[in-house]
Amino acid sequence: MIESLKHLPQARGSNSELAEHFTDLAPPLTERRAAIEAARCLYCYDAPCTRICPTEIDVASFIRNIHDQNINGAAAGILKANIFGGACARVCPTEILCEDACVRNHDEEGQPVKIGLLQRYALDNARFAAHPFERAPATGKTIAVVGAGPAGLSCAHRLAMLGNDVVVFEARQKSGGLNEYGIAKYKLPGDFAQQEVAFLLSIGGIEVRHGHTLGVNLHLQDLHARYDAVFLGLGLNASRQLGLTGEDAPGLMAAVDYIAHLRQASDLASLPVPRRAIVIGAGNTAIDMAVQIKRMGAEDVTLVYRRGYESMTATHHEQDIAKMNQVRIKTWAAPLDVLLDDAGRVCGMRFEETRMIDGRLTGMGSFIEIAADAVFKAIGQSMDAVGLSDEMARHITRSGDKINVDGHFRTALPGIYAGGDCVAPGQDLTVQAVQHGKLAAIAIHNDIQSTVGAA
Amino acid sequence: MADLSIDFCGIKSPNPFWLASAPPTDKAYNVVRAFEAGWGGVVWKTLGEDPPAVNVSSRYSAHYGKNREVLGFNNIELITDRSLEINLMEITQVKRDWPDRAMIVSLMLPCEEKLWAEILPKVEATGADGIELNFGCPHGMPERGMGAAVGQVPEYVQMVTAWCKKHSRLPVIVKLTPNITDVRAPARAALAGGADAVSLINTINSITHLDLDRMVAFPVVGNASTHGGYCGSAVKPIALNMVAEIARDPVTAGLPISGIGGIGNWRDAAEFIALGAGSVQVCTAAMLHGFRIVQEMKDGLSRWMDEKGYQSIAEFSRKAVPNTTDWKYLDMNYAVIAQIDQDKCIKCGKCYVACEDTSHQSIAQLIDAASGVRTYEVIKSECVGCNLCEITCPVEACITMVPQQTGKNYMNWTQDPRNPRAEVVG
Repeated sequence: MIESLKHLPQARGSNSELAEHFTDLAPPLTERRAAIEAARCLYCYDAPCTRICPTEIDVASFIRNIHDQNINGAAAGILKANIFGGACARVCPTEILCEDACVRNHDEEGQPVKIGLLQRYALDNARFAAHPFERAPATGKTIAVVGAGPAGLSCAHRLAMLGNDVVVFEARQKSGGLNEYGIAKYKLPGDFAQQEVAFLLSIGGIEVRHGHTLGVNLHLQDLHARYDAVFLGLGLNASRQLGLTGEDAPGLMAAVDYIAHLRQASDLASLPVPRRAIVIGAGNTAIDMAVQIKRMGAEDVTLVYRRGYESMTATHHEQDIAKMNQVRIKTWAAPLDVLLDDAGRVCGMRFEETRMIDGRLTGMGSFIEIAADAVFKAIGQSMDAVGLSDEMARHITRSGDKINVDGHFRTALPGIYAGGDCVAPGQDLTVQAVQHGKLAAIAIHNDIQSTVGAA
Repeated sequence: MADLSIDFCGIKSPNPFWLASAPPTDKAYNVVRAFEAGWGGVVWKTLGEDPPAVNVSSRYSAHYGKNREVLGFNNIELITDRSLEINLMEITQVKRDWPDRAMIVSLMLPCEEKLWAEILPKVEATGADGIELNFGCPHGMPERGMGAAVGQVPEYVQMVTAWCKKHSRLPVIVKLTPNITDVRAPARAALAGGADAVSLINTINSITHLDLDRMVAFPVVGNASTHGGYCGSAVKPIALNMVAEIARDPVTAGLPISGIGGIGNWRDAAEFIALGAGSVQVCTAAMLHGFRIVQEMKDGLSRWMDEKGYQSIAEFSRKAVPNTTDWKYLDMNYAVIAQIDQDKCIKCGKCYVACEDTSHQSIAQLIDAASGVRTYEVIKSECVGCNLCEITCPVEACITMVPQQTGKNYMNWTQDPRNPRAEVVG
């Protein structure tokens, strides 16, 4: 039950009818289409697609392997660089990464190679008899990883591969983090996220303990004392606040919370669905929310952003998805008041129209009201400060929300590393988190080994 | 409009496009469809002794390109598997109905003069315009002492050609096999035997690919395979060379040549004609696309001839032969250097890695420190003008080979002081 929306009617239609609205956004390539698409790859030298990939997947190589019908080879090549290659193939904003860098954009064909779909093709169709990577001889070291999201699990996998044992502590009931709870259902349908986690863990040497929340029943001090190193892959769990009166009124909630419910619901028909909804924000979560509530049956969905299209962090591709799903996008309007009905429930919002004047976002003194039965805020996530409130954690330096780390993902505390959305560098993308986890694992391993050598 | 008609060793044809002796010319039904589509002539699929040959299945196999386009093709079919009588009857009828089209009959028999003496009058009686001796078939027939087994022995070629000239008044075209070291030898033998023309190439011994699960090559017959005759676009470079070899051999220079091998469009045809062919024969392209392709071939050829001011095929026939020479006569002082059009370059780096790894390290990769953008530039002092970068570049006309002003006169290898056997230049 979603407390904030319990006064709203349930979705119309049966679970199976609703589920049809959440099938694959982009259908997978068939064998023939993959062959045609792979043939379009020029096998560039020093390929720009690889250079731009945050996890440095050797794109030209895996596509050539697809073309040569070496699907397992293609998949292993991807996974070697990015153990979450399957999820990334589906959720990466390829339109601003590999596919944007593809040289085919500049040639007469004017169309990039569909790298994301090819990556998915390789991983969907690979058939490994066993986990594709062997673990190195045991180091006798055990590392604690906090958070079973892409950063934490990527780190755990690489540490296990290098011969270490890993214990992963996760607050939620399931592993996967954002992939399990936070991505639009039509991007990662079915139980893909769980399958991927199971595959990743099949390398062995990784134990995941659920129900352990840092700062609640898990403390950095203990971890630091009991393990050879600690990796913090905390993510950004707290939703930012609008800072308006009525923010806690029924009918107003964080988009990520609704998305999590939607992704976990065994019966979509049991979810409350507003007739008219407002989504505040301009990132991919805002788009995911707006499109999904539309697909759940909302008649009227308006996405409101205080700046212009050009400033939206959601890519053009994401904006197009919103438009294709009849989401109205209203730009240059800043949230001003939450409008409540007599029962104290959300009935709309008042916005002030804005403009950029001399490089400053300025209210114009003119106002608009949009009627809505629910308002979803998607204005960003921040770190849940409770997790880093213990005596030891206070020594971890932060810049605003983000933990400070050096080039090897070391925090200010010796033996404590951090990566993913909770650290400063990067773009808050799954693929970025995976890379952080991988690099941190290598750093941790090397640091521990050199300690052994010195001792 | 340019006149496409030809007179090829006395055989007249409204255009130079003939269908080669092969499945498309195996029976009246196909040949009539071909004539309706506009083909200038046909070489009727090879006749032999009765009882006719028996074929196996399957028979064809392909070598594919990146996008499943057929680059080459092979077959293990034998000569006609229909009786001599029915073939002769149909040839007679078709020639009667289509008198303006060239009708050439392909023949293959054992090396016994009596057999040839028997069949030739029957062929002549059909009204056919000429005969083509199939000395090229590389599969099945050589095991029986025919086809390429004859074509590979110049003495046999000469002998059988002479029998045909003796027992028939029809022009004799000798079809040559490419499965031989020097194609000039059988061509000279054909001329010595009195041949009116040669045609080439027949198909090349080949295995296209294998089924790696069953460990058997294609085409599969039961659980086994055999080598087949390769044809199609992939063989064109080999065929062009062999045509040129005969066209520029002083012994056979005047011998009419019917060009065969990978001709699929007007440009291919024009190239064969420019290198020595008087007519061209097509098979694979028709098998892959149907007879209708002759329309575009004729249209393209005649428009190109109009643009160039050639009023007849004869006007440009053999025009490229004098420019085809031996290596030793090439100009040692001629030089080209690669040039990259930076506006067209898509920065794929293919030219760079090809040159760096496998050639002369004459392309530099420049990396902009701020943007990471790569630029590729030719290092002129290192470039030998080999063309590899131009070939690897996926963008048309992005890399061009630019002739250099060396200020030196023509000097070939026989004159080059670097040649230990150079002639002393005064």
